[in-house]
Amino acid sequence: MTEADAKALEAKEKQEVASSAEQTRPGLTFKPAVDIFETETGITLLADMPGVKASDLNIDLREDVITLSGEVETPESAGETEIMREYRTGRYVRQFSLADTIDQAKIEAELQDGVLRLVLPKAEKAVPRKIEVKAN
Amino acid sequence: MAIIRGFGLPAWGWRVPTDLDRMRREMDRLFEGLTGATSGEPGAGVFPLANVTEDGDNYYVRAELPGIKADELDISVTGESLSISGERKIAAEGEDARYHRRERNAGKFSRMLTLPGHIDTQKVEASCTDGILTVVLPKAEAAKPKQITVKAG
Repeated sequence: MTEADAKALEAKEKQEVASSAEQTRPGLTFKPAVDIFETETGITLLADMPGVKASDLNIDLREDVITLSGEVETPESAGETEIMREYRTGRYVRQFSLADTIDQAKIEAELQDGVLRLVLPKAEKAVPRKIEVKAN
Repeated sequence: MAIIRGFGLPAWGWRVPTDLDRMRREMDRLFEGLTGATSGEPGAGVFPLANVTEDGDNYYVRAELPGIKADELDISVTGESLSISGERKIAAEGEDARYHRRERNAGKFSRMLTLPGHIDTQKVEASCTDGILTVVLPKAEAAKPKQITVKAG
């Protein structure tokens, strides 16, 4: 797919969400772009959350709903005046409901360069297994 | 305090707005509040979207580049402009991966920003952490705002 390789990356505006609950800290809330794919062993979620450090990322799991929330510090210091602003900064929040085939105890999360990689392994019974039929 | 700013001719690439552009944008924002219509600012622009700020000594350019490491970026400066290029790669995940959602994009990008004043190219510093690129461009001595005392009497 050489055409896709040479394609220029287009800028997309971040999707702002109105949060259902009022936030304790003022600021904007955005929905991070995610890729979700499934393999035989589990589901992997990749989310673009630039500006979020591992210590500011909160992954909450209750009642089969997983909530990702990452706080983002305002990068500009107080003495700076704005010349041009093309994007706004704010926290990232997104929720997904999980199928009950996920083994919630084995979920792994990794955050690097502002990309969250969340691996949700399927529970043992949900992994497709070949059953050998013994001939008699 | 009088700040004397030179007027430059627009060069190639995206020119950072001057005072006139800023005033126009303020007016747009005023009307936006009254009518609820969105202003004429472009939503999807050139990647990466950038924020430019300044203080007395430096210009600061910031961009969101998730998934891009510092050594995958190509940043170069001339006396008045900054160029940011690179490629966002998304790793292939294996043949048996079935995608449920695909919202992230990969591809090459290249952008040039023209700054409102001259910079000291030798002292430019850039860092990329947690997917945020920050470029600090010290202003050339001649471009720094100078206090002009007004003589009384």
